[in-house]
Amino acid sequence: MATDTQLDLWEVFIQSKSGLPYIHSGSVHASDVKMAMQNARDIYTRRGEGTSIWVVPAKHISASNPDDNDMLFDPSNDKIYRHPTFYVMPEGAKNI
Amino acid sequence: MHNEHSDTHFQSRIDNGEHIEPKDYMPEGYRKHLIRQMSQHAHSEVIGMQPEGNWITRAPSLRSKQILLAKIQDEGGHGLYLYSAVETLGVSRAELIEQLQTGKAKYSSIFNYPALNWADIGAIGWLVDGAAIVNQVSLQRTSYGPYSRAMVRICKEESFHQRQGYEIMTTMMRGTKDQQAMAQDAMNRWWWPALMMFGPHDSDSPRSGDAVKWKIKRETNDELRQKFIDKTIPQAELIGLTIPDKNFKLDEKTGHYTLSPINWEEFHRVVAGHGPCNKQRLDHHIKYHQEGAWVREAADAYKIKTAKKELVTA
Ligand SMILES: [Fe+2]
Ligand SMILES: [Fe+2]
Repeated sequence: MATDTQLDLWEVFIQSKSGLPYIHSGSVHASDVKMAMQNARDIYTRRGEGTSIWVVPAKHISASNPDDNDMLFDPSNDKIYRHPTFYVMPEGAKNI
Repeated sequence: MHNEHSDTHFQSRIDNGEHIEPKDYMPEGYRKHLIRQMSQHAHSEVIGMQPEGNWITRAPSLRSKQILLAKIQDEGGHGLYLYSAVETLGVSRAELIEQLQTGKAKYSSIFNYPALNWADIGAIGWLVDGAAIVNQVSLQRTSYGPYSRAMVRICKEESFHQRQGYEIMTTMMRGTKDQQAMAQDAMNRWWWPALMMFGPHDSDSPRSGDAVKWKIKRETNDELRQKFIDKTIPQAELIGLTIPDKNFKLDEKTGHYTLSPINWEEFHRVVAGHGPCNKQRLDHHIKYHQEGAWVREAADAYKIKTAKKELVTA
């Protein structure tokens, strides 16, 4: 028998309601975008879970390396001027 | 500075209630345990379609046929969510399927029992899905992110499965004497295998310790089994079904039911491949997998052809 193919891996993002962000739902296997879309619909939105779907070939997604987390996601606590509470407003200032 | 690639750091993340994501450091034992448990779970969803699929063409009404089709489609979906989640651990789908077909990976032994008549469809939904739900609700809090997310999705879909099974049992128990006898017979055959779905007792389950320490499992086999027993016995009694165990009783002090000892010899016999349907289930899977190969090959060929065309027109 020929070596088995399981097609390509695609990541699926679903928007549950217009105006909301697209959220990663899982993945599907498919040979092209049409099949990926159909499979994503059948597997992830059988109960009105979404109003819109994105499918992206998994190989085109780059993820950050957890080893870089300290550098990438440093909360920059020394840069308190990034927060509105840093600023001194004059007495009586309203709606600001 | 802490070493992010150490088992101590990993364990402290687990102890803090953090989730582990695919690119994070994890001990080899954790990865192996997850691959084994999650793939077994995925295979169970897929093989579990067979005993029920057997009744699609013989469902007693159009309503029950539609419901059964929808349930089985959900189970196929559960298998796919779980396969995707295992793949994040660096195993390919093809490898996973091969492990199933060669017997290297297991699936839940419950699916090696036959669905003999329509009452079995009721008993499967009510007891087998019911037991699976208890386990899956607990696994929503498992420490591996992709597994936990798949479980949340699965649990949302499962409660309809258990209700449709209980509805079938209820209808039969309100029916003729023969229908009542069929429902009781299905109960008698599925009760003990359903209890065995939770696996060996904690005292006999060597891997349980690591799985609990790593928070892959959030509750032990015996804790989960007890939960299932406590919620299922009153459901059986409500519709007039008898628990096939002369010694079961409610312990007034603890509020838990106690049962006769489980026949683990049977469990081990079925796990070892000597259940009524082990061979039939794998043969069926292999046959349809092979017969579907041309579809996957054609899809791949079409992809290559259209990609070439796009190159030319670009
Ligand atoms: Fe399921
Ligand atoms: Fe189910």
